[in-house]
Amino acid sequence: MTDVLELAAVHRVFPADPPVTALAGVDLRVRRGDYLAIVGPSGSGKSTLLNVLGLLDVPSTGSYRFEGAETTTMSDRRRTGLRGSRIGFVFQSFHLLMYRSVLENVMLGGLYTGVPLAERRTRAVAALDRVGLGHRHRFLPSRLSGGERQRVAIARALVGDPALLLCDEPTGNLDSANTASVLDLFDDLRAGGATLLVITHDATVAARADRQVRITDGRISITPAAARADGRIS
Amino acid sequence: MKARDLITEAVSGVGARPARTVLTIAGVVVGIGTLVTTLGVSATAGNQIAGRFDAVTATEITVRVPVPTGRNAPPAVSWSAPDNVARLNGVTAVAAWSRTPEGRDLPVRANAVRDPTRIVDRLLPVLGSTDTVPAATRSTLAAGRFFDAGHVCRRDRVAVLGPLAAEQLGLTRIDNQPAVFVDGKAYTVIGILGPPGRPDQPVPATAVILPWTAADDGLGLGPISTVAITTDLGGAQLIARQAPVALAPNDPSGLEVEAPPDPATLRNGVAGDVSGLLLILGLVSLIVAALGIANVTLVTVMERTAEIGLRRAMGARRHHIAVQFLLESTVIGLLGGIVGASAGILAVVAISVAQQWTPVVDGTLAATSPLVGALVGLVAGLYPAMRAARMQPVDALRGPA
Repeated sequence: MTDVLELAAVHRVFPADPPVTALAGVDLRVRRGDYLAIVGPSGSGKSTLLNVLGLLDVPSTGSYRFEGAETTTMSDRRRTGLRGSRIGFVFQSFHLLMYRSVLENVMLGGLYTGVPLAERRTRAVAALDRVGLGHRHRFLPSRLSGGERQRVAIARALVGDPALLLCDEPTGNLDSANTASVLDLFDDLRAGGATLLVITHDATVAARADRQVRITDGRISITPAAARADGRIS
Repeated sequence: MKARDLITEAVSGVGARPARTVLTIAGVVVGIGTLVTTLGVSATAGNQIAGRFDAVTATEITVRVPVPTGRNAPPAVSWSAPDNVARLNGVTAVAAWSRTPEGRDLPVRANAVRDPTRIVDRLLPVLGSTDTVPAATRSTLAAGRFFDAGHVCRRDRVAVLGPLAAEQLGLTRIDNQPAVFVDGKAYTVIGILGPPGRPDQPVPATAVILPWTAADDGLGLGPISTVAITTDLGGAQLIARQAPVALAPNDPSGLEVEAPPDPATLRNGVAGDVSGLLLILGLVSLIVAALGIANVTLVTVMERTAEIGLRRAMGARRHHIAVQFLLESTVIGLLGGIVGASAGILAVVAISVAQQWTPVVDGTLAATSPLVGALVGLVAGLYPAMRAARMQPVDALRGPA
C-alpha cells in the first residue's frame, strides 16, 4: 500500500513576540484508502495542521512528502498545481458561490488545473450523481439544505479526482440528521477507494473513521480507542 | 486554464451582485457622461460663440494710407477713391478721413474770448472726412446732425464733435449754434457724435470732424490717411483683398490693411478654449469615477475573501485571481462607458433642442468612450486586484462563508 502523504518532524512557528509554536514535531502517515480522523480542542494546532496538509502553508522545519514528492522545497507554482489537482477540500461553511447554480459550483473543481469545459461538465454531472444530487443541477445553493450544500461541496472536491479528500469540520454547521447523511456519504466514498482525512472536534464523527489521532498543543498522540483498534500510526 | 474560462468567471462575477454593479457602473456613467456632454456642448456652444463674433467684429476693416513722401508728391489715395470701394459688392459703408499728424494736434477753443488767466485752448485731433463717418464707425449722433455731401461740396465751415472732444470743450447742446475755433479759424458746430461703435476706431470720438474740403482749405490737412470700411457678414476677407486695389490701383501694396482674423481661425480658437476647460472638467470627473470603481472593487475583494480563498484552494494561482478581478472592473468600466456615451449624446441633443442649437456630435468620441471607460475600469482595478492576489487563503477558509 502506497503512502499518500508523510509528515516527518514538522514544526510550524509563527513569528510573534514571543514566537508561537503551532506545530511542534508532528509525524503522520496516511496511506491510500485510509479514513483518518484528527481530533483536538480549539487552539491545539488543528488549523495549522490543515493548512500544512492542504499545501496552503509551508512548515518552518521538517519534511512533508505528498505522493512521494517533497513539497517543502517546491516552488509556489508547483505546490499550487499539486493542491489544485491532487487535494479536494471540504470546509465547515461549504464556501459555495451563492449566485452560481449547483452544477456551476461543482464545475469550479478542475477550473484552475486546465480541465476543458466539456470535461468539467461531464465530471461534475458524475460527481453530483455520486453524492446523490443528480436532480439538483439548476438549483442555487441558497435553496438547498445544509446537508445538501455540503454534498455539493464534496462533489466539487471530487471533480478533480483527488488523491486526498481533506475535510475541515465537515459537519460543524449541520444538524444530526444531515450529519448522519454526510457521514454515510463518507463511508460510501471510503468503500469506493477514496482517501479521507477529517479534522473534527466531534467524537461521534471521529468514531466513524478507521483510526483517530489526537492533536494537543501541537503534538500528535494516538487516542486510546484508536490505539486499541490498530497500531499503524508511525 | 483557457482564457475563455477566465472571462466566463469574470462576467459571472460582474452579474453576481446586480445592485453593487449598477452602483459601480453609475460612477463611470457620471464620468463618461460628463465627458461626452461637455465636449459636445462645448463644440456646439463654440460654434455659437464664433457666430456672434462673425456678426460684430468680423465685418470691420481699416485701411491706413502712408503719408506722401514729398510736398508735391501725388496722394496715394485720392478723395474720389472711397466711392470705388463703396461700389464693391459686400461693402455696407465706407468713410475716409485725413487727420492732423500724430503729436501735432491743433489748439481748439469753444469761444473767442481772450482770457489771459485761463487756458482755454485744448489740443485735439482734427479730422477732415467724408460725410459717411457715422455709418462706417457704427456711431450714432447724440445731438444735431452730421454734415452731408452738400456741405462737403460747398466747402462749408461746419464741424461735428466726437463725444470726448465735446466734453473737453464744454459743449453739450447745439441749438444755439455754437462755434469752435480750430487754430484760430471758426467752424459752426452742427452735431455731436454718440459713443463710438467700433472699438478699433477710437479717434473720431476724441476729434473735431470737419468736411475734408473745408479742412484742406483752412488747415491744410491734405490727403486721406485712413479709410474705415464695414462689410456684410462674411465679406470682410474678400473686401480686405479688394479694397487696396479699389483705393490705389497704381500701388495697392503700399496700403496697410487691418482686417479681422479669419472667422474659421477665430471659431477654432474660441471652441478650443472652451473645449480645453471643459475637457479638464470631464477628466476630473473620470478620475472621480475611477476612484469610485477602485473603492467598490476593493470592498468587493474584502467581501469575497472566502471566495478568493476557495479559488486558491482549488489550485488558482495569484495571477488567476488578479486577472479575474481586473476583468471584472474592466467589464464594469466598459458597461459604464457604453451607457455614459449614450447618455452624453442624448444630453447634447436635449440641450441643443432646448437652446435651439444644431447639435454637434463627434462619432469618434462616441465610439472610443466605451474603450476609455474600460481603460478607466482596468486602471481602477489594478490595486484591488493586487490586494486580492496577495491575500492569504489560509484564514479566509476557516471563517464563516
